[in-house]
Amino acid sequence: MDAVFLSRLQFGAAAFFHFLFVPLTLGLSILVAIMETKYVKTGDEDYKRMAKFWGKLFLINFAIGVVTGITLEFQFGTNWANYSKYVGDVFGSLLAIEASLAFFLESTFIAVWVFGWDKLSPKAHAACIWIVALASNISAYWILSANAWMQHPVGYTIRNGRAELVDFFALITQKFAVLSFLHTVSGAYILAGFFVMGVSAYHILKKQNVEFFKKSFRIALTFALIFSVFEVVQGHLNGAEVAKAQPTKLAAMEAHWETEKGAPISLFAIPDEKNERNRFEIGKIPGALSMLAYHDSSATVIGLKDFPKEERPPVWINFIAFKTMVGLGFLFMLLTIVGWFKRNKLEESPRFLKIMLYAIPLPYIAIEAGWMLTEVGRQPWIVYGLMKTTDAVSPIAASQVLISLIAFVVVYTALGIVDFYLLFKYARKGPAEAVAAKS
Amino acid sequence: MLLNIWFFLWGLLWAVYFMLDGFDLGLGTLLPVLAKNDDDRRMIYNAMGPFWDGNEVWLITAGGVTFAAFPTTYAVMFSSLYAALLIILFALILRGVTFEFRNKVDKPFWRSVWDWCLVVGSFVPALLFGVAFANIFKGIPIDQNGVYHGTLFTLLNPYGLIGGLLFLFLFLVHGSIWLAVKTEGELHERGISVAKKLWPVLLVIAVVFLGASKYYTHLYDNYFQKPILFAIPAIAAVSLVATRYFLGKGAEWKAWFASSLTIVTATFFGVAGLYPNLFPSSLDPKFSLTIYNSASSPLTLKIMLGVALTLIPIVILNQAWVYNAFKHKLTEEDLAYDEAY
Ligand code: HDD
Ligand code: HEM
Ligand code: HEM
Repeated sequence: MDAVFLSRLQFGAAAFFHFLFVPLTLGLSILVAIMETKYVKTGDEDYKRMAKFWGKLFLINFAIGVVTGITLEFQFGTNWANYSKYVGDVFGSLLAIEASLAFFLESTFIAVWVFGWDKLSPKAHAACIWIVALASNISAYWILSANAWMQHPVGYTIRNGRAELVDFFALITQKFAVLSFLHTVSGAYILAGFFVMGVSAYHILKKQNVEFFKKSFRIALTFALIFSVFEVVQGHLNGAEVAKAQPTKLAAMEAHWETEKGAPISLFAIPDEKNERNRFEIGKIPGALSMLAYHDSSATVIGLKDFPKEERPPVWINFIAFKTMVGLGFLFMLLTIVGWFKRNKLEESPRFLKIMLYAIPLPYIAIEAGWMLTEVGRQPWIVYGLMKTTDAVSPIAASQVLISLIAFVVVYTALGIVDFYLLFKYARKGPAEAVAAKS
Repeated sequence: MLLNIWFFLWGLLWAVYFMLDGFDLGLGTLLPVLAKNDDDRRMIYNAMGPFWDGNEVWLITAGGVTFAAFPTTYAVMFSSLYAALLIILFALILRGVTFEFRNKVDKPFWRSVWDWCLVVGSFVPALLFGVAFANIFKGIPIDQNGVYHGTLFTLLNPYGLIGGLLFLFLFLVHGSIWLAVKTEGELHERGISVAKKLWPVLLVIAVVFLGASKYYTHLYDNYFQKPILFAIPAIAAVSLVATRYFLGKGAEWKAWFASSLTIVTATFFGVAGLYPNLFPSSLDPKFSLTIYNSASSPLTLKIMLGVALTLIPIVILNQAWVYNAFKHKLTEEDLAYDEAY
């Protein structure tokens, strides 16, 4: 095992773990802000308890998001030193802005929100959580435009043996960045919506604090419904952009081998990378891939065979990740539409509530599958078309990376277990006990 | 000019980080010394409660700015200090989650596990940041490609260790004064008396460090060329003495500000000596990373300067507001508060 492989494993593990917690932060901060705003507007104490109850879960989740983000920030230097040297002029500024703009606001206002319930007026207090929500979502924009640049580099020139910035504006306004942002945060909102609905379903099923959790459920339902529909519609734009910017990823995610006109999509297939074909295909929809990628059912889509072998990403992973994400995307839309019709008689639909309870992990799977597709599909490039991942690694010993990788796995697993244990523990308490329980 | 401004900002961000997170790290390390029971410990957690995360963001910014302004330094610094940096980060992770986790289960065993995580998670970064920076002042064995010729133990040389102890004791004094600032009664007294006891040790280490720097490093070259620079260690010395003076008078806020100034000027003592190096090589000065050979392009530096000059004042105002909002002394009532740690 070489330093490149181990570094990839380590970065992937750290990023995945970070992103188990980030989406709930992005979405739940907004939901809590909405709840608290309702309290300010109506004076109904229920909404205040709601903001506190869900806020508690938010904070338990937030803690891990914060500490795991810090290691990511430094891993570009520790593990990808050659990458950092080569593209730092362009890429570093986006990361630095993320930190100075967003994280400062987030960390200070979250503290004021936590410690300020009886120090600030209700309005000012609600403003704090709105600022936290806004800052988190803004931080996502910067980091995603950094990632988008790796997917589709723009606004730079090669000078002095490295990539140098020529157009900062192009970096932060390119289509890839905008689409990736919309898609990722909508996914996060779906996740937060399903989280709140799932936990509420648990309590409604147990007949504890039913009114309180019905209200929570409905707020989350509206939120999740809007973004589930949006996500599916908007996802297709991402597909079209990938077709334009990263044809190898498109071909891999659809396991599309032969260049052809009017390319089809198969609902299911088993890609066979050795023999460069699909062993088994069902549900072929003729012309669908051409339609999706170029809005023209007879357009030509280049197949994997027409790319050199060493420039193809792993087909299996991309294919499965894409199908999983899309399948779940349609499922979320279905579930939230069903929920909309049942919203006023939730107690009468225990089966639906049970489904919603067990659906909590699904958006997590969809989101991680999405990242898997985006990042693995970019291989073998670290910056698409510009720099190969194998050229990006630090000049460090593989043994050192192996040790740190083991440390990451051990520490993160332990933290993950503790954090999910606490989330379960507090999610199962009623709003009154969860808020009072402390010492 | 642009390069010099960025060099200054680079030093400033690290200095501010050490000044702010320094009291958290010091106070966390001293937890077993300062606290006699669970209420004391909770008081200590709450004394850092609203501040520690905002303080830590200065580290992220210092790292981010190193990346944006001096990408080659960022790459070489963090890959050659790989093991040390990751140990620091893991320690900071333990410290960070402790705040959120500790109070969530009311069992003595659970709490003491997290208390130890706080102690280790505070002690290790305090020491290792000093070790790392002392080694940077001294020069790191990197070749022309920025490849590091050494191990983690190469860093644990005498000068590195003196630097580690210097940071550790600066932070310990800083942290116990902060406890005095934020509490009253017995804890307040304990904070003052521990700071007073640690102070002479700090003084000795500081003197040894200044002397050792002459022997192990080239930091003084810049000073002899521009004697005005001696003002920096002079301020450090005066503020260190002032810290003790204000402690004796029971003026804990003034002592804390004096101790803050000591940390900032102590950092700048090294930074000013480094100039124009950011990351000197001990193998051959030709391999050193300087502001000239590791900086970003002028366009990036200009954009980032615009960003920094608008954002940093906002950040400072914002954090000053938080410190002001929570500057009161903690009481029983604060511990009874719903969301207290
Ligand atoms: C700003 C940059 C950036 C951002 C926002 C992300 N990544 Fe990434 N990712 C990288 C920058 C990067 C990288 C440094 O460029 C890596 C290391 C090796 C590589 O090719 O890209 C990488 C690799 C990488 C790999 C390994 C791929 C492989 O080597 O086969 C995985 C699985 C992920 N990432 C997953 C994620 C997840 C779950 C993210 C969500 C937070 C994420 N990435 C955000
Ligand atoms: C892979 C590159 C990434 C790096 C280097 C990175 C860096 C960081 C850092 C340093 C923190 C801690 C901030 C603090 O202490 O307050 C953090 C937290 C956070 N990051 Fe990331 N991040 C990455 C990916 C992402 C992505 C892709 C998103 C969003 C879509 C994101 C969104 C957030 C949010 C919302 C937080 C707040 C804390 C939390 O989530 O609980 N990050 N990140
Ligand atoms: C039918 C619906 C969907 C379509 C057509 C779709 C399409 C895509 C495409 C083409 C990409 C790759 C973009 C790239 O490589 O840059 C992607 C990435 C991603 N998807 Fe989806 N998606 C859908 C549903 C979902 C759902 C429901 C979620 C989560 C709840 C989700 C979360 C993600 C994430 C987190 C990424 C990675 C970030 C990014 O690159 O934007 N997607 N999606």
